[in-house]
Amino acid sequence: MNKIFEVRGLSKIYGPGCPLCIESTGPDADTNICPHCGSVVAIHDVSFDLFEGEILGLMGESGSGKSTVVKCLYFDQPPSSGEAVFFDRDRQHELFALNAAQQRWLRNHRFGMVYQNPHLGLNFNISAGGNIAERLLMSDLMDYGAIRARARELLARTEVLLSRMDELPKNFSGGMQQRVQIAKALATQPPLLFLDEVTTGLDLSVQARILDLILEIQQELKTAMIVVTHDLGVIRLLTGRALVMKYGRIIEAGLTDQILEDPQHAYTQRLVASAL
Amino acid sequence: MNMTSHTPTAYNFGFLDEYAKKEVRRAILKAVSIPGYQVPYASREMPMGRGFGTGGLQLTLSLIGPGEVLKVIDQGSDDSVNAVNLRQFIEMTCPGVSTTTRTAEATLIQSRHRIPERPLTGDQIIVLQVPYPDALVVVEPSEDKRKIMHGEADYSRLLVKLYEDIVQFDEITISHRYPTRINGHYVIDPSPIPRWDVPKLHHSRSLALFGAGREKKIYAVPPHTDAEPLVFTDVPFRVEDFRDGEGRRRACERCGCADSFLDEFVDGSGEKVYQCSDSDWCDEHLAEANQGVTA
Amino acid sequence: MKPPVLQVEGYSKHFELHEQGKLIPSSHNVNFSVHAGELTALIGPTGAGKSSVLKGIYRTYLPSSGRMLYRDANGRELDLAQAGEHQILELRRWEIGFVTQFLHCLPRQATLDVVAQPLFALGAAREEAREQAAELLAAMNLPQRLWSVSPATFSGGEKQRVNLARGFIAKPRLLLLDEPTASLDPATAERVIALIEGLKANGTAMLAIFHHPEVTGRLADRVVELSPPPAIEELLKEIA
Repeated sequence: MNKIFEVRGLSKIYGPGCPLCIESTGPDADTNICPHCGSVVAIHDVSFDLFEGEILGLMGESGSGKSTVVKCLYFDQPPSSGEAVFFDRDRQHELFALNAAQQRWLRNHRFGMVYQNPHLGLNFNISAGGNIAERLLMSDLMDYGAIRARARELLARTEVLLSRMDELPKNFSGGMQQRVQIAKALATQPPLLFLDEVTTGLDLSVQARILDLILEIQQELKTAMIVVTHDLGVIRLLTGRALVMKYGRIIEAGLTDQILEDPQHAYTQRLVASAL
Repeated sequence: MNMTSHTPTAYNFGFLDEYAKKEVRRAILKAVSIPGYQVPYASREMPMGRGFGTGGLQLTLSLIGPGEVLKVIDQGSDDSVNAVNLRQFIEMTCPGVSTTTRTAEATLIQSRHRIPERPLTGDQIIVLQVPYPDALVVVEPSEDKRKIMHGEADYSRLLVKLYEDIVQFDEITISHRYPTRINGHYVIDPSPIPRWDVPKLHHSRSLALFGAGREKKIYAVPPHTDAEPLVFTDVPFRVEDFRDGEGRRRACERCGCADSFLDEFVDGSGEKVYQCSDSDWCDEHLAEANQGVTA
Repeated sequence: MKPPVLQVEGYSKHFELHEQGKLIPSSHNVNFSVHAGELTALIGPTGAGKSSVLKGIYRTYLPSSGRMLYRDANGRELDLAQAGEHQILELRRWEIGFVTQFLHCLPRQATLDVVAQPLFALGAAREEAREQAAELLAAMNLPQRLWSVSPATFSGGEKQRVNLARGFIAKPRLLLLDEPTASLDPATAERVIALIEGLKANGTAMLAIFHHPEVTGRLADRVVELSPPPAIEELLKEIA
């Protein structure tokens, strides 16, 4: 197995920051707001590796910083400090040393993102097929017929009715919007996919089918994924390894079944006990 | 150019002061150096409302000198109100400049919405008046983001517009301001010229300058430069189709020309009639036809 | 004699519950070995920590102390207690199988696909994997009408057979079995026993806990008796 992603010391502070920020926040301080300068330490010193085809879970309550990690890695927000190396075939990219155009290239060609809120991942003013076309056009596929064919193939794969391909996504149900988002994210066959609370807020039966789809895709395409969720059921079903976050820090990391059945940290024990 | 005033008026030659002209010329040089790039400039106050061609006028006034032969056209016609007013203004403020309606005679042509049918030469410059300089404005409201998109040549969202057009109407329905890629990088709004005129920009012998007075931008398509309309590889760019119901190419009612851009009118009896949009082109053809008759 | 596939030395496991301030002992000082083509059975009273040994080897539990030396297909030895997470995941994929008493699977997934899952994960062709799954389910006497539906609504015995088939299908080098025949009727239990014997004959090393002593007697090549861990006070003394 090859390493695809190496994240070291990722930190993100909102606000001016001060020398006391780090020691005054975190799980022990029971806050992520620095009492001295009011800055929010969203994440601090987050490090992990991701291997090809692996699904890694990021779990924790809201405000734990799990979404911030993904936003930094997908270039939605620049981190305050830290490194992330993406190993792509025979090349490697230090994400935060790249210029804006290089970052955009990686984002469009080699990464995919599925947001909890479909408004973030989809343009609601253009059709479902147009949304997929946009991503294909970003990666320089300029043949209308080929774009149509690929969009059709992706929507069929994610079980969206092809008769609705040319409709606006705002007319779709929540589950269907997520399917279109997944199809769009997969358009360029990226080796790395970020999934941010993708099933939160959906009906249970719809959730199950989306999870099923994600796992099938992971096996078919060997896509590595980082799954952000507060739902332990999603973590159990999808991920092989997981990181537990609280107030911006990783407090526990391990094999998913181990974290759920033999949690080491007091906070994880409470989290798991309250869910079962 | 001449700084001293040859006229009884109190104005400097070309209305603008020499510093204003220099600034516009610097912007022109930059625009020519970076084909398709929208160069910001100060855009002076002119004695007419913005939106009436002040961008084009400032370009013309900065380029023109005594001995120059100027043609001003609006939608192909030298006689429309806008063209007449601009021409008179330039005649008044630029003594020693002559004007013409003949494309072949002009050294400098200021135009709104059309490029003349007669191919321009290397000795001519065409100045186009531009209301909206940025082709990306339809997909991205933030100018900051548009600048980044231009810098990275990221035009995928414009192409999505074309995609949606084909999905809905089976063809690209953009009639004017067709987004055109210059020298393989920047995509410009070529001003409200019809699709018919877009191919004339490609490897043209003359320099094309675009001036947007209200939006304070100048850009250029230099001579012998690629100007390619955005298209899909399998959906070629098409100009306006002037065939009638039976598939015959319509001809100009007046001069009989069957290979020019036609305007549609409704005559007194309610019938649709077609006429050359370029009045000079039409006149020339008519003269040739009459000569043929008299000979 | 060939070296054992798995050599467990001094394995202990206790749980530290931070919230309650409690230490719960589970397994204590367990020693045994598992060999290729042989079955080692763990016996002992309830609370002796038999399941905890299996979970420790599979790393569902983090061992508290001891070594668990595993010799992989390439002859390399590594301590499962210390191995990296990705090493463990790779071993789970390719070499070590675990049949628990519970069936965790995706909702909606057809039984045939649940069973074929380990082969899918190894990159096998879907149809081929499903054929093998069908063979196993037939051998275990699971009615064919159930193959295309999700096991979510199955009876205990049916679920157990699905679980066993999934554990057997990839022919692991080391198979951990936690009461594999507990809720099966005698006829089906016989079929499962036959399958276990078949795997053994093919060289799989097995570590098992059986509900019935007579099954242990029939299948086990080695028997290891675990005794309940000492009281917490004793344990604390030992740790200190």
